[in-house]
Amino acid sequence: VEEVLAAAEGLEAERQRSITVEKELELEFDLGNLLALDRNPPPAAGLRGAGPQREALLRALARDNTQLLVARLWELPAERAGGAGGPLVARLPEPAFRLPREKPPPKPRPPTRWEQFARLKGIRRRKRTSLVWDEQAKEWRRRWGYRRAGGDPARAWLAEVPEGADPEEDQFARLRREKRERVARNELNRLRNLARAHRAGSAVPAAPLHPTGHQSREELSRVARVARVSTASLGRFQPRLPKESAEPPSRSGGKKRRFEPLLGNLVAERSRQLELLRNMSSKKPVLDITRAVNKQLRQEEAEAAAAKGKKQSQRGKRGRRQ
Amino acid sequence: MRPLTEAETRVVFEKLGRYIGENIQLLVDRPDGTYCFRLHRDRVYYLSEKLLKVAASVPRESLVALGTCFGKFTKTQKFRLSVTALDFLAPYAKYKVWVKPGSEQSFLYGNHVLKSGLGRITENTAQYQGVVVYSMADVPLGFGVAAKSTQECRKVDPMAIVVFHQADVGEYVRREDTLT
Repeated sequence: VEEVLAAAEGLEAERQRSITVEKELELEFDLGNLLALDRNPPPAAGLRGAGPQREALLRALARDNTQLLVARLWELPAERAGGAGGPLVARLPEPAFRLPREKPPPKPRPPTRWEQFARLKGIRRRKRTSLVWDEQAKEWRRRWGYRRAGGDPARAWLAEVPEGADPEEDQFARLRREKRERVARNELNRLRNLARAHRAGSAVPAAPLHPTGHQSREELSRVARVARVSTASLGRFQPRLPKESAEPPSRSGGKKRRFEPLLGNLVAERSRQLELLRNMSSKKPVLDITRAVNKQLRQEEAEAAAAKGKKQSQRGKRGRRQ
Repeated sequence: MRPLTEAETRVVFEKLGRYIGENIQLLVDRPDGTYCFRLHRDRVYYLSEKLLKVAASVPRESLVALGTCFGKFTKTQKFRLSVTALDFLAPYAKYKVWVKPGSEQSFLYGNHVLKSGLGRITENTAQYQGVVVYSMADVPLGFGVAAKSTQECRKVDPMAIVVFHQADVGEYVRREDTLT
């Protein structure tokens, strides 16, 4: 009996030893990064030379350090995620170490044509006031926009014919046309600059990712797709919108057709075909046309037979009378 | 060689259903083995799983035909049933037409069946219904489309067409280079 007890105690002690770990120097912990730094000098004798001994020593070292880290993690304040029945989740502190960049830093935007020209000529931006004194209205008005300083351009009732111009030309139309052309040119240049910056490889996207109000359906769906994938898990756990399809978008954009595998699950294929047959037969309407046509024909035949019978009986009667 | 897509399967089953109705189930779900449809170069083949596994090892360019060819898809994805499917249509046909011995030869040369050559026809055949043509000895000769319903067949004159010819057994000799 005593031997058994001693053996049991020995086992208990071993189990205890496996939970508590003795170290000369305390480990440094960065729980935000789940990091444990062991500055203890490794046992020099064992590490020299290759072989299973070294493996065993390294493994024991790793196990001890992991034990200490996990013990620290258990000390953190924990809560249940997702309500009462969810898993126990520890709340990690802020990470102490700043990890280096994973990807290279984004390149700056290349200067536009105007910016290059301005830099060449030394033109600097003049800060303009937002309000301008309007003589006519005798008050400070905006430079442009609602109730602007020069009066509403849409209500301008006079347009002078300039000196060299054709007297028959419609000046109002000319002003409108020129404004439209200026706006179009401006927009064109803006898009060109954007395209140039995007092509040069800077971090500028070809189209803005935030809603501008001038985006088409395709642009918005593209932006929605980008937003979906921009999570830490690359969009794997994003909930779907109500009308979004469940399949991930194909990488070739729907150009390449994908077929079932040749020798795929034949039983499943058969059940799918039977299902299809069932659907097809349920949708077929009951064919009444033939019956209606047949009925009509039989009626006509019956009428024809009746008429023939009457004629014959009439002729017979006439004959008998005579 | 690939399995049929959903749309293609639907087209094929609709065509087959015009001749054999709901008996397609017996073709799809057979008690004596797993049979399936496969598409190879626009032709639909019906073959057993065992044969499929063997045929899968043949390279695509060298593969000529496999199993039984039921028909082919045309350029505009319409399905055309061919005479090689007759062996599977004949036992399950819903509407049958029997042809007199005198005009058997005419049908086998590719002509339509006239009222004078009509022996028997299943009751309640609708107009433009798919029918299988038999000789008076119950030998399947081919298939076609009923030009007139059964009721109309009785009233129509002897030179009128009652069955449009679609495929017949004589094509094995006439068109042997285009059949697979």
